[in-house]
Amino acid sequence: MAKYLLLKHYRGAPSAVNDVPMDQWTPQEISAHIAYMNDFAARLEQTGEFVDGQALAPDGVFVRYDGEGRPPVTDGPFAETKDLIAGWMVIDVDSYERAVELAGELSAAPGKDGKPIHEWLELRPFLTEPPTITE
Amino acid sequence: MNDALIRSLTPGVLGVLVRRGADFAAAEDAVQDALVEAVRVWSADPPRDPKGWLVTVAWRRFLDGTRADAARRRREDLVEEEPPPGPTSAVDDTLQLYFLCAHPSLTPSSAVALTLRAVGGLTTRQIAQAYLVPEATMAQRISRAKRTVSGVRFDQPGDVATVLRVLYLVFNEGYSGDVDLAAEAIRLTRQLTAAIDHPEVAGLLALMLLHHARRAARGAADGSLVPLAEQDRGRWDTGLIAEGVQILQAALARDRLGEFQAQAAIAALHADAPTADETDWVQIVEWYDELARLTDSPIVRLNRAVAVGEADGPRAGLAALAALDDALPRYTAVAAYLHERDGSVVTAARLYAEAARKAANLAERDHLTRQAGRLNALRR
Repeated sequence: MAKYLLLKHYRGAPSAVNDVPMDQWTPQEISAHIAYMNDFAARLEQTGEFVDGQALAPDGVFVRYDGEGRPPVTDGPFAETKDLIAGWMVIDVDSYERAVELAGELSAAPGKDGKPIHEWLELRPFLTEPPTITE
Repeated sequence: MNDALIRSLTPGVLGVLVRRGADFAAAEDAVQDALVEAVRVWSADPPRDPKGWLVTVAWRRFLDGTRADAARRRREDLVEEEPPPGPTSAVDDTLQLYFLCAHPSLTPSSAVALTLRAVGGLTTRQIAQAYLVPEATMAQRISRAKRTVSGVRFDQPGDVATVLRVLYLVFNEGYSGDVDLAAEAIRLTRQLTAAIDHPEVAGLLALMLLHHARRAARGAADGSLVPLAEQDRGRWDTGLIAEGVQILQAALARDRLGEFQAQAAIAALHADAPTADETDWVQIVEWYDELARLTDSPIVRLNRAVAVGEADGPRAGLAALAALDDALPRYTAVAAYLHERDGSVVTAARLYAEAARKAANLAERDHLTRQAGRLNALRR
């Protein structure tokens, strides 16, 4: 019983094996990819392991507090930002091994020529609640 | 009649339905429906025989639920077999339900979910909220768990140890949601002690009570973690401690030691100390030796190193630590503490910061970061 975040990057992850940008795929290849992602989420719901999944737009800005009575400052987007998150999935699984297995399956989503992308996904454990018994 | 009292009837009612020939999965759904109905109508109109009422309503729901043609034929047979209303069977199937819900074919998370629903009588929504997952996900987890155990014979004897592991998980890895999982784990373990006479069941109940007794002292007002040595012992629940100690003593007297009794003995020694300084660390080390013999767990050896550090001084603790794998969870935190006790402030501060980065939970990380900050401030 542990939650993990599967992070998909637009930028910042090592290059995928089948590394062709999505706009170079055929519409059928794009549909097949999306269907795979949806099926994956649906299957996780069936196994009782799905928590959440969202995709993010690539454009974002940085925002910060600028002092009492002043509106927040916004800046960016910065084209040079190294790390760019594309989306995430949160899973609740029995073990780290199971989390790795599922991340591997998600990374096998089909891309150009219907072949697996072999995309690098980042796997991050959630910080949990503290256990009661520690001594 | 309150919610917990209604729910305490769950396993008994479910057992009656299964004995009458209902399949476990459908019977469990029917009992859930009956519980919801009971909560709705009992406050205005409490029945004289609550269990009989639940059996009647659940049985009716079960029959309503089996609508398919083939099922209807079977239902007609069952209706004929239905015993006349009146006092329910005296056979108590509670223990069988614990065994079934903790069956070794289930993963830990499935066993926990199924136990909370079929034995605890919690709703799927409550369990989902407690474990911070969507209700649909929890519903699937529970129905898969039911399918997994559908072929298990109900009267097959089970292993108490698997049940205890599930209850321990509910208690120790409980999240803070709408449901008080620690209290629920205690209720379910207490109910189990009534169903089976076993020193380790008693040991686990004692362990839970002794830790639950410290609950109010364990967190500061801002939600931060207060370590055992710094807890306000005046806020410990003396009633729970007395009960835990009494249950533990009765269990230990039977001379069938197990890991939960040994863990409870350590908790009892902490509970027994009026101040942290008066803790009997020598006896605690002895109990850790017993525990290491019983479980051979590296975590136990790590905790033992802390106790050795208190009993024989930080150097002895560090020597005990040196024999362990430094990849163990909390290893670095223990090393930081022992180095601080040994007067190596610089090393301790560095190790606390490193331990904070490795912490598996937020409260612990914050606590360790504060320790690092405290020592770094001392040096300035």
